[in-house]
Amino acid sequence: MTKEEKYTLAKWAMNHALENGAQEVSVNISNNQSSSVEVREEKIDKLEQALQSNLSIRLFVDNKYSSHSTSRLNKEDLARFIEEAIEGTKYLSEDEFRTLPKPELYYKGDGPDLGSLDKNFGSVDPEEKIQVAFAAEKEILGSNERIISVSSSYYDGLNERVMVNSNGFEGDTANSYFGIYTNVSVKGDGDARPEFGWGETSIKYNELKKEGTGTTALKRALDKIGAKKIESGTMPMIVENRVVSRIFSPLMNALDGSAIQQKNSFLIDKLGEKVASEKLTLTDDPFIIGGRGSRLFDGEGIATKKRTVFEKGVLKRYYIDTYYGKKLEMEPNSGSTTNLVFETGDKDLDALIASVKRGIFVTGFNGGNSNGSTGDFSYGIEGFLVENGELVKPVTEMNITGNMKKLWANIGEIGNDVRDDSSWRTPSILFNDVDFSGL
Amino acid sequence: MKVDRRDFIKTSGMFAAGSMVLPPFVQSCQNVQISADVKSYLDHFEVTTEMLQKVIATAMSKGGDYADLFFEHKISNSLALEDGKVNRAYSNIDFGVGIRVLKGDQTGFAYSENIALDDMLNAAKMAANIANTSASFNAADYNEKLPANFYKISKKWEDVSVKDKVPFVQKVNDKIFDLDEKVIKVNAGMSDESSYVMFYNSEGRLTYDYRPMVSFYAVCVMQEGEQIENAYAARSVRRGFEWLTEDLVDELANEAVEKTNLLFKAGKPKAGEMPVVLGAGGSGILLHEAIGHTFEADFNRKGTSIFSDKLNKKVAESFINIIDDGTLPNDRGAINIDDEGNDVQKTYLVKDGILNSYLHDRISAKYYGVEPTGNGRRESFRHMPIPRMRSTYMENGPHTTEEIFAAVDYGVYVDNFSNGEVKIGAGDFTFFVKSGYIIENGKLTTPIKDINIVGNGPQALADISMAANDYKNDSGTWTCGKDGQSVPVTLGLPTVLVKKMTVGGTNA
Repeated sequence: MTKEEKYTLAKWAMNHALENGAQEVSVNISNNQSSSVEVREEKIDKLEQALQSNLSIRLFVDNKYSSHSTSRLNKEDLARFIEEAIEGTKYLSEDEFRTLPKPELYYKGDGPDLGSLDKNFGSVDPEEKIQVAFAAEKEILGSNERIISVSSSYYDGLNERVMVNSNGFEGDTANSYFGIYTNVSVKGDGDARPEFGWGETSIKYNELKKEGTGTTALKRALDKIGAKKIESGTMPMIVENRVVSRIFSPLMNALDGSAIQQKNSFLIDKLGEKVASEKLTLTDDPFIIGGRGSRLFDGEGIATKKRTVFEKGVLKRYYIDTYYGKKLEMEPNSGSTTNLVFETGDKDLDALIASVKRGIFVTGFNGGNSNGSTGDFSYGIEGFLVENGELVKPVTEMNITGNMKKLWANIGEIGNDVRDDSSWRTPSILFNDVDFSGL
Repeated sequence: MKVDRRDFIKTSGMFAAGSMVLPPFVQSCQNVQISADVKSYLDHFEVTTEMLQKVIATAMSKGGDYADLFFEHKISNSLALEDGKVNRAYSNIDFGVGIRVLKGDQTGFAYSENIALDDMLNAAKMAANIANTSASFNAADYNEKLPANFYKISKKWEDVSVKDKVPFVQKVNDKIFDLDEKVIKVNAGMSDESSYVMFYNSEGRLTYDYRPMVSFYAVCVMQEGEQIENAYAARSVRRGFEWLTEDLVDELANEAVEKTNLLFKAGKPKAGEMPVVLGAGGSGILLHEAIGHTFEADFNRKGTSIFSDKLNKKVAESFINIIDDGTLPNDRGAINIDDEGNDVQKTYLVKDGILNSYLHDRISAKYYGVEPTGNGRRESFRHMPIPRMRSTYMENGPHTTEEIFAAVDYGVYVDNFSNGEVKIGAGDFTFFVKSGYIIENGKLTTPIKDINIVGNGPQALADISMAANDYKNDSGTWTCGKDGQSVPVTLGLPTVLVKKMTVGGTNA
């Protein structure tokens, strides 16, 4: 479907809903195309291709609300789908807080190009994609007698979407992605077969780093050989930038409007208060060119803005959408994160490690969870024991346990090794006094 | 279950009961001898046997060894309650066909959301590219396969109006508020799913399934002073509308309130290695994470599982029997046929302490020279099938729960979980404990909450030193993720003692 065809169908669906009893309507139509190839033992293991279309519709009927989606996009099916959805909505309870956003908050269509799309998407020769995957495998195949299995993948995709709201919003987005990933398993001690996967991604094909996934994955898998748990203890913890999100996401979830209103947050009524270490300054910046979370409007059509989330540990904002804004009597400021940018310290990862006398450098998490309303957490970890500033030996089969409020109050140092291949641009972070359980 | 044209035109469960629209066109003519059941599925998907054969022939045109078509039409509905009212509903319609071509153990896969012949042929051409010669394919004779019937239901979810579901969700809210004055919020909801599946492959097998599912949950939030805690209760089964009863509402409400109340007094155990007693039921998550995934044959075929060399070897005490079963009546993990059209069975993973079988799909079964075990599953027609669990559980052991508790001086008892994970190669697995108790001198003492337990699969399996005779299946909303695909599963366990695992806690 072209963009114009999507707009035409979305407006038709919107009008059909308005004519059949809905007072307000929001319609999204998306197209996604993707392809992937996975190679193993110098053969193609899997070849996949997909083309997907979807229409979703949010209905506001007599102060009642429901939302629906379907992959059946012919008008005959859609008409009936919408009519039945409106009829069914009438059996729900009223909800006075459900409305579309105020039109003055909408994105008006004058924003810059945020660099989210490779305009040459689709021009990459399928044979070249296969060769990229083979080349990644070839980097390491047969290079070490411990190797049990290597698989390498190339994948790409394009997502296109239009949205129309019945009180005057129209907007469209398009973004592309390209990726390469290599996973390697090696013979470890005893029956263990440590494995590691390393990937590279980009928005534009020409910017995809095509070399190195194999060698990095292999080095990291070999480094894990002989990993064992060590004795339990309270120690500093450095968390690698790639995996910080596991312990950072509970903090962000606690700022969500629905979590606040539904009493499932450990940061209720904390706006303007110091809730974390003063080393934590965080900005939500939707306008970074080429940023993975960059966008001009959010899922409701509200224009995005650059906003401070934490300033020297003081909480500056929640994430409030239209619905929870009404329930909480707060101004909506967009209910979802864009690019999250940390104010960094002056140490890189090596310097962070060098600063630790005895602690653990965490390179991976294994399961675990965090209690939304109390912030109590416990996660499985793997990584390396650090002694006198150096990595001494790999560790695994251990847990960290504590409370999110205390953890984020105990930041020792924010690294400067920010990752730019994720919308959450996390650096490595050193935390003090973390409870590890092992032997 | 037989379906008819009328079902197809019900595009959502949101309809007002009694509405009915006539089918837009007449039924197709089929020129081969097929049963009425199969015919109803062909008509449902608006295809003929000739079309199926053409698509398969195109899929095989580049020299593939095997091809299959997986048609799916899924209608999902859900209702949710917040702040005392059932004030939101969601529905989704998914419809399409997945086309897979195998060449040895190589896979080509594509799907189409349109079932017009040209769209299917285009997808078949893409999937065919896994092979690169040219070949002519002679269509096999039809071989109609009658599916099993593990989930008999009385009233299909598509025939139930929103109006009839709303009161149950409302009642669970009201009941929870009635039970305890500390309750400040309730979130509750119900979702149902009706999935029509039809399968055809290059060997001529033509089969089908109708898969109902319903889930019902309640989250209770309580406040005492400054402290806020929440817990949930949930059930999920392959049953029809008749499953919803007042008793079920009471059961959910009581469980959610009890679980939440426990948390106010709960603390954390000491950090470190200790004996762990796993209560009957949901503790089956141990089997799912520690053993189940590492027994999936795709990992073993590639040599990447820690159990790759363990077939026919002793891996546990001889009283231990571990099963993965797709045949439990009305179970969330049951399937009448797997998603490769294969028969489903009760598969012994561990029999009398010996590793008896991996979990196979078509590719791995061929590699190992065994019959498929019916574990080839997929999230939807958009995904290719891979080996997956169904209901994974341990049979009763020779001990009593009293004997098990008496064997522990200091340890933990756990019986309420939220999630788990495993590293297939290293064998390290974890599961997150929502609540349990410290055991001191054989007695339950202080409640505990929110701790992770980590162990190593082969070690933990070997360390199961006692198992009781109180096996329970857990019918919670367990969903398993692998390679980006989610499938419904269940699990179960009798009370067991694992000699030691590493328990999250404090070092104070």
